[in-house]
Amino acid sequence: MSPLDLALFALKALRGHRLRSVLSTLGVAIGVASVVLLTGLGEGARIYVTGELATLGSNLLIVLPGKVETSGGLPLIGGVPHDLTLADAEAIRRRVALVTRLAPITVGQATVSCGSLNRHIPVLGTTSDFQEIRRLRVARGEFLPPGEIDRGSPVCVVGTKVQRELFAGANPLGQTLRVGEWRFRVIGVMAPKGESVGFDLDDIVIIPVATAMKVFDQTTLFRVMIEANSYEVLGSVKGQVKEVMIARHGGEEDITLITQDSVLASFNKIFTALTLALAGIAAISLTVAGIGIMNVMLVSVSERTSEIGLMKAVGVTQRQIVLAFLAEASLLSAAGGILGLITAQVLVRLSVQFLPDLPAQVPDWAVMSALFIAVGVGLVFGVWPARRASKLDPIQALARR
Amino acid sequence: MIALKGVSREFQVGDETVHALKDIDLEITGGDYVALMGPSGSGKSTLLNVMGCLDRATRGAYLLDGKDVTGLSETELALVRRHRIGFVFQFFHLVPRLDAAGNVELPMVFAGVQRGERRERVAKALDSVGLSHRARHRPNQLSGGERQRVAIARAVVMGPSILLADEPTGNLDTHSGREIVELIERMNANGLTLVVVTHDPAIGRRARKTIAMRDGLIVNGMG
Repeated sequence: MSPLDLALFALKALRGHRLRSVLSTLGVAIGVASVVLLTGLGEGARIYVTGELATLGSNLLIVLPGKVETSGGLPLIGGVPHDLTLADAEAIRRRVALVTRLAPITVGQATVSCGSLNRHIPVLGTTSDFQEIRRLRVARGEFLPPGEIDRGSPVCVVGTKVQRELFAGANPLGQTLRVGEWRFRVIGVMAPKGESVGFDLDDIVIIPVATAMKVFDQTTLFRVMIEANSYEVLGSVKGQVKEVMIARHGGEEDITLITQDSVLASFNKIFTALTLALAGIAAISLTVAGIGIMNVMLVSVSERTSEIGLMKAVGVTQRQIVLAFLAEASLLSAAGGILGLITAQVLVRLSVQFLPDLPAQVPDWAVMSALFIAVGVGLVFGVWPARRASKLDPIQALARR
Repeated sequence: MIALKGVSREFQVGDETVHALKDIDLEITGGDYVALMGPSGSGKSTLLNVMGCLDRATRGAYLLDGKDVTGLSETELALVRRHRIGFVFQFFHLVPRLDAAGNVELPMVFAGVQRGERRERVAKALDSVGLSHRARHRPNQLSGGERQRVAIARAVVMGPSILLADEPTGNLDTHSGREIVELIERMNANGLTLVVVTHDPAIGRRARKTIAMRDGLIVNGMG
């Protein structure tokens, strides 16, 4: 018999018990929708986080003071780590080839005031290269002037929120801003950037790093951001930075070097695992749906016992009976799968509309596997009822009216 | 032609063995018209089922059109039923969700007959039982006699050589019953071998041969 005839026969049989068919289809639809929806959200979270990190640039190298052991084992004993100083940053810039930009960073909290208005916000000390490294745009005036790392002038660049709150939206250029006891002349306002990796760049004051070290009375930098010429030379830059720092710190490797791709890779791993876990949880509901299908098929078999007997009498083979019932089960589950996919897509669209920050999207592999799994569920849970039907004794089956 | 040689059929019911057929020898030639008669439990239905390859003999040999079907597999037996045997039952056994044409078509769907040819053969079969005007009616919209006629059309649509009818009039009034008997007798006149299990002595008298059974044995000479 042709596959089309088989499908039509199964379809007519399903129409014979419409309500039951619809309900078990719904079961599968809910299972598939939850798998797809949760993977979509997990995928959205992954894209969001990795996207955030990627804006930092892929040829970026970050130097942190102190050695962070990421590979387990006992931490190094002996030797308090050396400070990561401005002189270290200057040495890296001078001695390491292929470094295009370098921004030492120090961070502190301070009370920032203008007249009677004041805010307690983060103050970031860095150099002019920071603008390019973080792809910042200046809305008004200019960013920190280029120049010697260890020369700090009393100028500052403020975020849009600072401008709004402390200057009431008026033009702050040329005005004086107090950071703690220190006075700074405002030379620029940054374009709105929003939250980025935990920092609200709109609510921040940026001052030259050398000045910041004095303001906060710090001896060590928070970190040094280094931009290599290209992604390809990042490895060699990393090696050279390590050499320079070991030489400067008396043979001790007491810094940590982070590249964005390693961070990206681990975030990717975490979120992929999270997504799979969500999908796994949702898959439980698919199993429940499968049992629902099995139930419907078993009822169908016992209800149609005499029909099965008749089929045997007119020469339908056992194999064909199995196929006919499997076709029914997989039609049910495929319909449920498609319905579930559509539902999930609609919900994902809605979530994107209401949560534009979370770019939820259903990965193709999730769509394909949800459909395959749905049909698979129908087949797996349909096998037993179908085999039961095919093994019925025709004489006893026909004895039923 | 049907030939049974020393056929026995035994069932296990609890600890007891029921001998439904005891060492039956029987020959029915092609185109014959045979009535199988006897009280309930005499083994006549079992005999019909064995002849129809729905049941297997416990012992003995069954030759159908000269071919021994005793040792065939399930699938091979299904194919024998599909091509050589038509069944008519007391309770019609129509599929309720399919209309008359759909019921007649059913054996051909599973036999892989092409759609166009199916339509032609359905029309012809329904015409031969006088139900062309009822093709789109579901079983519950048909009278008992009409249902049995749909069942007969279904039984002959694959062009079998043998028609086995198990109490075909048992669920019909006298008038419809007579029509059904006349219909299957007409098919027999066209060369189909006809075996009817019946309680009705009137049908028994109409048959060319009557086989009377009791306790799993044939008790009359073939007459």
